[in-house]
Amino acid sequence: MARAKQAAKTGASSAETVEGLGKDQLLGFYRDMLLIRRFEERAGQLYGMGLIGGFCHLYIGQEAIAVGVQSIQEKGDQVITAYRDHGHMLACGMEPNEVMAELTGRSGGSSKGKGGSMHMFSREAEFYGGHGIVGAPAPLGTGLALANRYRDNGKVAFTYFGDGAANQGQVYESFNMAALWKLPVVYVIENNQYAMGTSLERSSSETHMYKRGASFRIPGEEVDGMDVLAVRDAARRAAAHARSGEGPFILEMKTYRYRGHSMSDPAKYRTREEVDEVRKTRDPIEHLREKLEKDGVADEATLKAIDAEVKRIVADAAEFARTSPEPELSELYTEVYVEAAQ
Amino acid sequence: MTDILMPALSPTMEEGTLAKWHVKVGDSVASGDVIAEIETDKATMEVEAVDEGVIEELLVEAGAEGVKVNAPIARLSGGSASAKSAPTADEPKAAEAQASGDPEKTSPTEAKAEQPEGDGPAAVRPKEALADPEIPEGAKLVKTTVRDALRDAMAEEMRRDDTVFLMGEEVAQYQGAYKVSRGLLEEFGERRVIDTPITEHGFAGLGVGAAMAGLKPIVEFMTWNFAMQAIDHIINSAAKTHYMSGGQITTPMVFRGPNGAASRVAAQHSQDFAAWYAHVPGLKVIAPYDAADAKGLLKAAIRDPNPVVFLEHEMLYGQEFDVPEGEDHVLPIGLAKVRRAGADVTITAYSRMVGLALKAAEELAAEGIEAEVVDLRTIRPLDHDTVVESVQKTHRLVTVEEGWGPMGVGAEVITRVIEHAFDYLDAPPARVCQEDVPLPYAANLEAASLPSVEKIVKAAKAVCYRS
Repeated sequence: MARAKQAAKTGASSAETVEGLGKDQLLGFYRDMLLIRRFEERAGQLYGMGLIGGFCHLYIGQEAIAVGVQSIQEKGDQVITAYRDHGHMLACGMEPNEVMAELTGRSGGSSKGKGGSMHMFSREAEFYGGHGIVGAPAPLGTGLALANRYRDNGKVAFTYFGDGAANQGQVYESFNMAALWKLPVVYVIENNQYAMGTSLERSSSETHMYKRGASFRIPGEEVDGMDVLAVRDAARRAAAHARSGEGPFILEMKTYRYRGHSMSDPAKYRTREEVDEVRKTRDPIEHLREKLEKDGVADEATLKAIDAEVKRIVADAAEFARTSPEPELSELYTEVYVEAAQ
Repeated sequence: MTDILMPALSPTMEEGTLAKWHVKVGDSVASGDVIAEIETDKATMEVEAVDEGVIEELLVEAGAEGVKVNAPIARLSGGSASAKSAPTADEPKAAEAQASGDPEKTSPTEAKAEQPEGDGPAAVRPKEALADPEIPEGAKLVKTTVRDALRDAMAEEMRRDDTVFLMGEEVAQYQGAYKVSRGLLEEFGERRVIDTPITEHGFAGLGVGAAMAGLKPIVEFMTWNFAMQAIDHIINSAAKTHYMSGGQITTPMVFRGPNGAASRVAAQHSQDFAAWYAHVPGLKVIAPYDAADAKGLLKAAIRDPNPVVFLEHEMLYGQEFDVPEGEDHVLPIGLAKVRRAGADVTITAYSRMVGLALKAAEELAAEGIEAEVVDLRTIRPLDHDTVVESVQKTHRLVTVEEGWGPMGVGAEVITRVIEHAFDYLDAPPARVCQEDVPLPYAANLEAASLPSVEKIVKAAKAVCYRS
């Protein structure tokens, strides 16, 4: 029997969580979310200037998820996601300079300019991409978990995908094997309500994504993905479950993307009012900012100092991404194969 | 003061209409506020502010058409000191620098115009480095089936390296659908010999993920026909990741199983995928014929740090060949083998077709035509040097493959020969391949569709202008 259940009400879980968190940690969440927000805004601007090409999917609005989940990541735990990936990379600790320079296709990029927005990786940060095929991260992340089980190393693979990807068959093939073999994987479904231009209601017969594991006996939980503390709380429970050998766990993060699916999406499938309403009432960064002020964790000066620091980091990243040279033409033929001796 | 520039809304946009301003002079804006709407021929999009500040001046009126991308459309006064550090105002210079060909900021178009240095797709591999290992004098040769040679290769490599494991349908308890993995479960246990559900797309993806994490999976497909469900992970996830990650992530693994037509299993179960996978940079593709090559090349494939597609043949599994005894029989990937020397015509083949080519060569010899049979063994990287050397001697070429002809392995072999030995050819090359139809079930139609000794003999005579 599936053990799908509704999460505790957001406010309550947040209040409890704050108790256990230090000031530095809370400010860290604020800073990390703000960094993603400002980074993505700048990426959108560089795209507008023609410095970023191709597809560019911004994470604006969804920041609390990557920051909240990855705040409980242990060393050696892996992260994998699809193409709306800049936020996860920054939350994993990848250098903003390298991520931005990859967006501009420069040699200083994390993939030396050969991957682009949708294909970035970091062995050091245990970030396994960055994948352009909808649904592909599900079995790949489950494979990372298989390796953890094989090595019996106690690590968890955090495998992100969206509500659109959740209709791909390979997701359920992965659920089946993950549950069958009790693999240490947490599936984080970022439900931002729209699979490109198709709303959840128009694409999914079961719109509660946390129930999608029911026929595989995978427990699921619905989480307010706009509340970093609720996200963190749920992620910690899910990770503990996976790490203890009980198998996979599904977290449905209810969230919203403010921007179009990609840069060239005019987003006519929803109203401006709908977007404005979420921004006004549910914004994850504003929500935390208010909480920090109200609870006396930080005053305005402290938050302003963080704003300025983030602004500087993003400005530096944009400058680096603009001035880093394009890759050498000889790079065209490198790394097609691993040349290493056996 | 910061200039707000006309943004490009797609990679191809050059200009657009500023349809509407959502702000007026004197308004304060913050990052993320919608300030204007812009129309292109395709869509209307909203422009959000990136910097905070007060709108000082609107430089373009609402409704203005043909506003060039990157032209200033408004001025923003610095709302805070840090706005000055934002690179916005500097960026038009960067765009100009690119357009003027500043050597430090080479424009993408110029870069593309230059011919890249380095080896192109048909680059000659450094052959000097490759050779089959000498079989030591007195080494014992053991009659072994291809099936057992493959099993021995896996077992030896699993003993040698704990990160090597086997997964697939019926590989463990059932002992392999074709008994190739017989005995492995008993020796290595269920941690390393893993029965999967019937779920090719899923378990191929799991295999790639495990390889990304540093393990060396052998993913068995019951037949390659079923791998069509998994081809996305073989190509998009396994073959491309090392390149896309700038060399950070590797996928050391083997995808293996029987390929090509078995007997009377008809269209959906009878296909040669050599050309499909050999098309893809990042993959290596191997299709051995005899048991010694099957063992030596599978061991090499398992040790290779790249994803390898290993194409076996059900009709060869039961055939016995000599295999050198011991665990050191590892062959180089990317080296063809001359199976029979001859001066009159070169016949290339791989996998089961090598056997047919050798039989054809015997029949041809009886008629006074000496054929040189080149077993390609590796389809990618293709050892065209060995083929070219042979054609330089024989001046005639017949390619044999079990798959369809168009865009096939034979087509590629012939192209390489034309590129490297055009002047040596005394006759147009010929292709022997499956007829250009799905493989039929009826015994007579199946036989008529597949390559045969008779068809090879006929083609060889034709290129020798003999009837």
